[in-house]
Amino acid sequence: MNDKPEKLIDKKGLRLDGRKLDELRPVKLQVGVISSADGSAYIEHGKNKILAGVYGPREVHPKHLALPDRTVVKCRYHMAPFSVQERKSPAPSRREIELSKVIREALEPAIFMEYYPRTMINIFVEVLQADGGTRCAAITAAALALADSGIPMRDLVVACAAGKVEDKIVLDLFDTEDKVGTADVPVALMPNLNAITLLQMDGTLSTDEFESAVNLALEGCKQIYVLQKEALRTKYVNVKEENKEEVEE
Amino acid sequence: MAAVITRVKQKQIAQLIDKGKRLDGRELTEYREIKIEQGIIEKAEGSARVLLGKTEVLVGTKIETGEPFSDTPNEGVLTVNAELVPLASPSFEPGPPDESSIELARIVDRGIRESKAIDTEKLVIEPGKKVFIVFVDVYVLNHDGNLIDASALAAMAALLNTKMRKYEVEDGEVKMKPGYEPLPIKKRPITITCAKIGNKLVVDPWLEEEQVMDARISIAFDDDENICAIQKGGSGYFEPNEVFEAARIAKEKAMEMRKKLNW
Amino acid sequence: MPIFLERKQLVTPGDLIAEGEYTAGENTYMENNKIYASRVGIVEYETKRVDVVALKSFYVPRMGDIVIGTISEVGFSGWTVDINSPYPALLRASDVLSRPFRPQKDDLPVVLDMGDLVVAKIVSYDRTHDPQLTVAEPGLGRITRGQIVKVTPTKIPRVIGKKGSMISMIKQETGCNIILGVNGVVLITGKTLEDEQLAMMAILKIEAESHTSGLTDRISKMLKEAKSTKEEKMNE
Repeated sequence: MNDKPEKLIDKKGLRLDGRKLDELRPVKLQVGVISSADGSAYIEHGKNKILAGVYGPREVHPKHLALPDRTVVKCRYHMAPFSVQERKSPAPSRREIELSKVIREALEPAIFMEYYPRTMINIFVEVLQADGGTRCAAITAAALALADSGIPMRDLVVACAAGKVEDKIVLDLFDTEDKVGTADVPVALMPNLNAITLLQMDGTLSTDEFESAVNLALEGCKQIYVLQKEALRTKYVNVKEENKEEVEE
Repeated sequence: MAAVITRVKQKQIAQLIDKGKRLDGRELTEYREIKIEQGIIEKAEGSARVLLGKTEVLVGTKIETGEPFSDTPNEGVLTVNAELVPLASPSFEPGPPDESSIELARIVDRGIRESKAIDTEKLVIEPGKKVFIVFVDVYVLNHDGNLIDASALAAMAALLNTKMRKYEVEDGEVKMKPGYEPLPIKKRPITITCAKIGNKLVVDPWLEEEQVMDARISIAFDDDENICAIQKGGSGYFEPNEVFEAARIAKEKAMEMRKKLNW
Repeated sequence: MPIFLERKQLVTPGDLIAEGEYTAGENTYMENNKIYASRVGIVEYETKRVDVVALKSFYVPRMGDIVIGTISEVGFSGWTVDINSPYPALLRASDVLSRPFRPQKDDLPVVLDMGDLVVAKIVSYDRTHDPQLTVAEPGLGRITRGQIVKVTPTKIPRVIGKKGSMISMIKQETGCNIILGVNGVVLITGKTLEDEQLAMMAILKIEAESHTSGLTDRISKMLKEAKSTKEEKMNE
């Protein structure tokens, strides 16, 4: 069960999965995948497969949780039992509860909370397969689901991690690198406002290395942001293309 | 439910901070008075009580034996739990740990774990089979702001106060010997929390500043001035330069505190 | 003063549309003199006002709006009405009965029961309480027959068309009566089920393709083809 690799970065400067130090894993995004939800999105980021659904704004249940001047945002990050190597119990773990909180706090700055008092927005994230960096992929997908639902937002939110592996600062750690590496720094960004809405770190980094890691993560965020916007456009542009063909016949 | 802070006061706090002053007279980078007492709970293997201004946190440590984690068979186990006891604040409800207490526990845990404060390899009794488990229980007794820094200080102080019974292994059984030895500690991490109010950063936010702040960032430093854990909290955001500014401030304050505490 | 995006361009939340002497219209917001999009949609300019015609949104009540709703709860002295909005609406018994409500004598479910449809008008609404409805005006009240279709509220103007051209065309081709609720709920009443379903299809097609051009012609074509297929079948 436990084969710790000898080297994480080879002589040519390539990582275990063949990537360069500053290379992102492949990302695929789809919007509007769950018809029952008000908004939804699906992300594949490396081997991560994550589904996000949004319900709301809608009436608050239980009623006493309603706020008179703003909406209440609830977020649930949950991993499927089969998403990781060793089966994970379906009951929410402490990690999932903490992640639910930080993911919510990463998305709230983008939502105009004061627009819809006495309502509730529910964000559900299900990790179907995990391979490191799930909280970042979850945020990217959840932001798309929010935009898909028609909830007004200041900006999209996109997330990516950077870290230290052996003694190099690298972008977008996958599971093995996260477990065996020296540091992991997940970052979430509202790109047009240059606002960091999630920032965590574990490991050991000098303040200079930390700065490099954050800047590298922000670069990764900007690359994924382009794909986020594309995913939103694709949903509507497809219809345009279909009709063009009809007219040409 | 906690009393709603009046809009007038909110404005007052924000306006003062914009001018570089705080309602309680502190500088933006000044901590409240810190008092640490150790060894106050004799039944615990270690304990410490921290007063950070009026915020009060009590931490007790207990040591038991058990199985190590499968991916670290040659290391002892650390587990941190936090309770926001209802008597500590009108906004704490009784019940199982909620997201705030779980987050608090995990932040304190990361500071200790990532800095490798405890020499967990020295906690092994029988590799792969039996190790010592260190339970750190954080008990918040009064909430007047900045539970994170107070809890992290109290947890570390309690660990420094922790004594283990001497033991020997006879026929695969752990037999206690007379006498105690201190828990093997390698590092003393210190956590510094900065709050963003308007476009200023303040250190050690008290309760009312927390109700007004946009967001907070907590940074833990080890003895070698390396960052070992960070957690941004709150529904606001930081600009990248604000993050790096907070790291600079936190590093300075951690060094200051380390000298004061003689850690 | 700079405009960063042209008319008819598709924007996503956070896209910078214009800067300077413009006002922030629908589905946009202003910060530091810059106007950003707040929803996915198409950019439109009206003299100095920047709007985004949202591709998807939900209905927020406004005073005076005519809406179509479903009774979701029968209460003590009135009904809760689902108006396809985050906010449930209230309809008082006294409003429907046009006289004071007598709790001993009046049996509310007999007047309006769960699942009943009503066309109503919003008479009161603000941030502190749920919207209140009235049916005490001509053209309002309980709906006894027809089909309901829900579209995202921003598409209702497109269903109406320029000077009502689109909706009149659908009414003509299908022979149906159509009431458009501002809340995105549309009531279709026709002579046969097929006619009603045809109108429904047309409206859903408009919702899906509202941002494309040549839509009126395509809908017209679709309806005429369906009509001729129907006539062929009848002649067989």
